[in-house]
Amino acid sequence: MQLDSKIPKGDLADKWTNYKSKVKLVSPANKRRIEVIVIGSGLAGASAAASMAEMGYKVKCFCFQDSPRRAHSIAAQGGINAAKNYQNDGDSVFRLFYDTIKGGDFRSREANVHRLAEVSASIIDQCVAQGVPFAREYGGLLANRSFGGVQVSRTFYASGQTGQQLLLGAYSALSRQIGKGQVEMFNRHEMLDVVMIDGKARGIISRELITGKIDRHFGHAVVLASGGYGNVFFLSTNAMGSNVTAAWKAHKRGALMANPCFTQIHPTCIPVAGEHQSKLTLMSESLRNDGRVWVPKKKEDCNKDPRQIKEEDRDYYLERIYPAFGNLVPRDVASRAAKYMVDEGRGVGKTGVAVYLDFSDAIKRLGKHVIEERYSNLFEMYQRITDENPYEQPMRIYPAVHYTMGGLWVDYELSTNIPGLYAIGEANFSDHGANRLGASALMQGLADGYFVLPYTIGNYLANEIRVDAIPTTHVAFDEAEKKVKDRIAKLLSIQGNQTVDHFHKKLGKIMWDKCGMSRHGDGLRQAQKEIAQLREEFWSDVYIPGTDAEFNPELEKAGRVADFLELGELMVLDALTREESCGGHFREEFRTAEGEADRRDDLFTFVSAWNHTGVGQEAELVKEELEFNNVELKVRSYK
Amino acid sequence: MSWISNVLGSSIGKKLLMALSGLFICFFLVIHLTGNLQLLAGDGGQAFNEYAKLMTSNPLIKFVSIGTYLVFLLHIIDGLMLVFANKKARPVKYAVGAKAGSSISSRNMGILGSIILVFLVIHLYNFWFVYKFGSMPTVDYGHGPVKDLYKVVAMAFANPAYVILYVLSMVAIAFHLIHGFASAFQTLGLNHAKYNGLIKIAGIAYSILIPLGFAIIPIYFYLVLA
Amino acid sequence: MKVKVKVWRQKNAKDKGGFKEYEVLTDPDSSFLEMMDVLNQDLLNKKEDPVAFDHDCREGICGACSMYINGQPHGPSKGTTTCQLHMRSFKNGDSITIEPWRASAFPVIKDLVVDRTAFDRIIQAGGYISVNTGNAVDANSIPIEKDKADEAFAAAACIGCGACVAACKNASAMLFVSAKVSHLALLPQGAPEADLRAAKMLNQMDEEGFGSCTNTQACEAMCPKEISIKHIARLNRQFFKSGFSGNQ
Repeated sequence: MQLDSKIPKGDLADKWTNYKSKVKLVSPANKRRIEVIVIGSGLAGASAAASMAEMGYKVKCFCFQDSPRRAHSIAAQGGINAAKNYQNDGDSVFRLFYDTIKGGDFRSREANVHRLAEVSASIIDQCVAQGVPFAREYGGLLANRSFGGVQVSRTFYASGQTGQQLLLGAYSALSRQIGKGQVEMFNRHEMLDVVMIDGKARGIISRELITGKIDRHFGHAVVLASGGYGNVFFLSTNAMGSNVTAAWKAHKRGALMANPCFTQIHPTCIPVAGEHQSKLTLMSESLRNDGRVWVPKKKEDCNKDPRQIKEEDRDYYLERIYPAFGNLVPRDVASRAAKYMVDEGRGVGKTGVAVYLDFSDAIKRLGKHVIEERYSNLFEMYQRITDENPYEQPMRIYPAVHYTMGGLWVDYELSTNIPGLYAIGEANFSDHGANRLGASALMQGLADGYFVLPYTIGNYLANEIRVDAIPTTHVAFDEAEKKVKDRIAKLLSIQGNQTVDHFHKKLGKIMWDKCGMSRHGDGLRQAQKEIAQLREEFWSDVYIPGTDAEFNPELEKAGRVADFLELGELMVLDALTREESCGGHFREEFRTAEGEADRRDDLFTFVSAWNHTGVGQEAELVKEELEFNNVELKVRSYK
Repeated sequence: MSWISNVLGSSIGKKLLMALSGLFICFFLVIHLTGNLQLLAGDGGQAFNEYAKLMTSNPLIKFVSIGTYLVFLLHIIDGLMLVFANKKARPVKYAVGAKAGSSISSRNMGILGSIILVFLVIHLYNFWFVYKFGSMPTVDYGHGPVKDLYKVVAMAFANPAYVILYVLSMVAIAFHLIHGFASAFQTLGLNHAKYNGLIKIAGIAYSILIPLGFAIIPIYFYLVLA
Repeated sequence: MKVKVKVWRQKNAKDKGGFKEYEVLTDPDSSFLEMMDVLNQDLLNKKEDPVAFDHDCREGICGACSMYINGQPHGPSKGTTTCQLHMRSFKNGDSITIEPWRASAFPVIKDLVVDRTAFDRIIQAGGYISVNTGNAVDANSIPIEKDKADEAFAAAACIGCGACVAACKNASAMLFVSAKVSHLALLPQGAPEADLRAAKMLNQMDEEGFGSCTNTQACEAMCPKEISIKHIARLNRQFFKSGFSGNQ
């Protein structure tokens, strides 16, 4: 199989402009006849659905939540990057492009990332016009902050709730189009298959979650904006419902899955408290600006009250190992270092799986009121969850799965290798390489939805104007619906003895231990066996109550976990074949003499796109070589 | 005029009517109390009786009083409509009732209003109806006979049951006002950090002083004069 | 710790429903929903139907969770959603009554899950600024007073959970509607449509069968984002303006 990334010719900075001026257009009269299906209503899905509806397409938008406003984009805290250079600190489109591609450890496509940086400024304009209440200075102009260790202040924010405000902006645009009848919204619906006709995506099969009814929907094109798959780890900062199902069904229909092993582990999360833990909560990484990370030097001090541990008995390990960056090393480096401390037996707290993030120095230096001003909402959240006061004792933090850089393979037009099937936002793999920079996820979701997909999809749809809506009585719909129904019936027929969560937790543990912050070939090979075995157990011993003709959350979960059990195996395979360390992917066998990540540019400067060959069978690797003509591949060093 | 029906047909429009009529009644209460306080003038009721005559004979005042009846009627009917509509908005009640978050009077405006309505009927029957249609004693202050309402009042307030009824009703009115007064401003959209405190204090002062003023009269009559 | 929970069980919209009592072994560090998870795992292990409840982000921001706990929406902690409520707010042996939001506009779907699409329809009626993608001017071309921007943000913090409706004795959605009206009316971008928006959203609210506001202020007290009722006053003003000065 050959992959064509369809990158336009010409200079990097002109590619997008040239593309837009030559892209095929669809006349207004024809747009009215063309139907587009959008799966997901987060930043990418809502903005794409709204923008396409404004252009005149007939849009159907689906979300599994009870309202499109609840998509998990809402939980993003920090901010959104844009190359506005409002602060006159030398920012530019090129700098944002460069930071993003370097931050991604040179495993993303130059052209895509440059386009992302180009449209970033328009996103801010669009959001402000929609009424997104970004933080402002006293002069009335927009405020910025620096984020994630970059040298410029380009992050726009709305307190610690930037994701919420941006999503509500996109949701309001979407709601406006729903009100106009231009978008038909399907809340509490889950997509369960893509319908393919003559090699093109032509619709979906969905399940109404309240009644269990299986529906058929036709679309000239299908857009997947279904988010990331971090919940494969069971514990993550993702929402409980976040899942891979839509993307995975597309994968099983032939869409390639790219770089699935690239997961971002965020260093500053509230640690697991016990067996009951259902999810993890992120604390903004801005905390590392003033907090110092440490563990006790001696194992026997680990159970002591941290305030009783003397200064000379504390190991400020980030400052020790990375004197140049100290506590501000990038996410992947900070996360791994914490893991090593815990592995050495120097972890703290009841479970011993945490490190301290200490503000006592900052409070001494700046005064409590300054710390309050900067972090009070985070400190309150921490106290609410842990019942500990971080003004008086150090916080306990530990890394947690946060974002998945991998996803469906897409070309420059955000189209998967299946004609008519698009993937946007976290669901695709395209812009973040092996590691995502802070405040870039919101940027990418909205860039794709507002400013990229609505143009590029026209290039495909312009050739579809002669296609009349295909009746959903077509045999392809029959086949897809039967498959969906059979699978549900099979799940319900098992009537075993273990709950869905039992399997999900087990899978999560395998993934976290063997395909998490650091990976080793031996562990990965073992994980392959364990996952295959767990999948077998699942299909013979899972218990799902109730029927398929009612509101049945356990059945929904079971379908999602069944997909995670297949995805997990692919992630492990991807991690196993990528014999290098880059970004969030750290192979213990591939490190430099100093123990740092050994990126092997000569061998692995490519995208691993995987072609599904059957459940339990090894997927086929298709490589897309990455070319870098505008940046020099550098080794990241924080010492 | 569809805009009027649009505004008044909506839930906020109904609330607007409640607020405006309520504030009008608040104003009316001040006038009413000013008149009633003449009962305490110690002149054997002359000032009060002449005042009562003026209020029932002056054509302008007669016109205004018809308006007042209508406003009362509006306040009552509109209030009942709101209560029923609001009951419909929650057909299934909670097993555990609300514990906190709102004052008792704010939650029970309908009940307080109903108590006041019962009082109002008795009150009107006792004085207004008797004055207008009943047989009244008269008194002459030198310019012809005047109906002696003072005497009727004095007789009524010699009865301890009446005194208790009146005083308790004034308590109900006080609670009704404590929520109603400030609430009317909120409904009219007059909420501003700079004035909220003032409205609140004025509301509490008004809600205590006016019913207190009314309540003093039966107590005075019962304890001092009887 | 052990708690007794009395949960509203209702198979579907047509079922009459009733309370059922369960005992749950939990931990003070558990969140309230994690306690419910434990209950559900227990039920599943006994092959009984687990309790359905809405939840998603479990970080207090998506607005999905919605439980009426011991007479209070989202339970006893102020400014806190159900998912951020922790069992340490209760004592060992406590009994906890859990009910769904009650309002005719929020019909029960199953157990503690209610249908809140009425809120979506209110937003669809006018809770937006009419601007198409690509029409925007430079973001800094309209300076906005910081105080106003902050107040708009405070109103925009609404998570659409419906606790205001659940808390209100009239099941009124005025706090929800006013938060959106206020957020957009405070910003110059939203000003041109401010009056019309208020009227459209309010009419939709009435149509959905929510009650009217009688200023009890319970909504403000129970709102997990502590949204102020001054926004309701602003909605009222905006609505009167639309009715009395608009060119209908």
